[in-house]
Amino acid sequence: MSSENRPLSPHLQVYRPQLTSTLSILHRLTGVALTLGTLLLIYWLVAAASGPEDFAQAERLIGSIIGRLLLLGWTFALFYHLCNGIRHLYWDAGFGFELTTVYRSGWLVVVVSLGLTLGSWWFGYAVRGGAL
Amino acid sequence: MSRRSALGRVRGLGTAKEGVEHWWGQRLSALALIPLTLWFTGSIAFMTGAGYETVAAWVASPIVAGLLILLIVAVFYHAYLGVQVVIEDYVHHEGLKIAGLLAVKAACILLALAGVLSVLILLFRG
Repeated sequence: MSSENRPLSPHLQVYRPQLTSTLSILHRLTGVALTLGTLLLIYWLVAAASGPEDFAQAERLIGSIIGRLLLLGWTFALFYHLCNGIRHLYWDAGFGFELTTVYRSGWLVVVVSLGLTLGSWWFGYAVRGGAL
Repeated sequence: MSRRSALGRVRGLGTAKEGVEHWWGQRLSALALIPLTLWFTGSIAFMTGAGYETVAAWVASPIVAGLLILLIVAVFYHAYLGVQVVIEDYVHHEGLKIAGLLAVKAACILLALAGVLSVLILLFRG
């Protein structure tokens, strides 16, 4: 059996991007991004364990512009991976495979994860501003 | 050229026997992470800019520390299982693949340990 001329599938570059395939690869990308994001979580915990000075330093770093941008990206990645992960668990249980349902749940994931991201950041700024 | 059939060549080699465990591990950790991440992000949002004293007092509760340790273990278990599949899918050079898998596993264990020990330090510091 020759392994040189096997038919290759799928040729991703000739497909028009669809919601389903885009959300699928986004699940994997956000998963990898969140794995890198654990560095921030552990840094934050280690800084807290090291004492008030190190923790203040960590808060300054995370509170900087770059820190906030990274945190915003990770917040979206977390909520997206969470929502789409629930969608996957629903599929694993054997539900939601109708094409219209797949598209409806896909858009729902997009809207809810964006909403949770914006909501949690609005909440964070409200807490910091002392409104709550 | 071997005269054995394709079936004969693979018969008896068996499977890796880890597929089901991997599948279940990924899903069970996902299930555990739904409430854990919602609880954690909610708590963190409440403590935005609160400073050291508030955070240290929060982790000093045994329930919070316990949930944090559960979160850390579930996160790194789930992350390793996920990244493992990504590496197996995209890295085709056998040596690089094994090196990558070992490096990611080592990093996950080290980070998880650092996280758990930090939580314990904050817990016992009171």
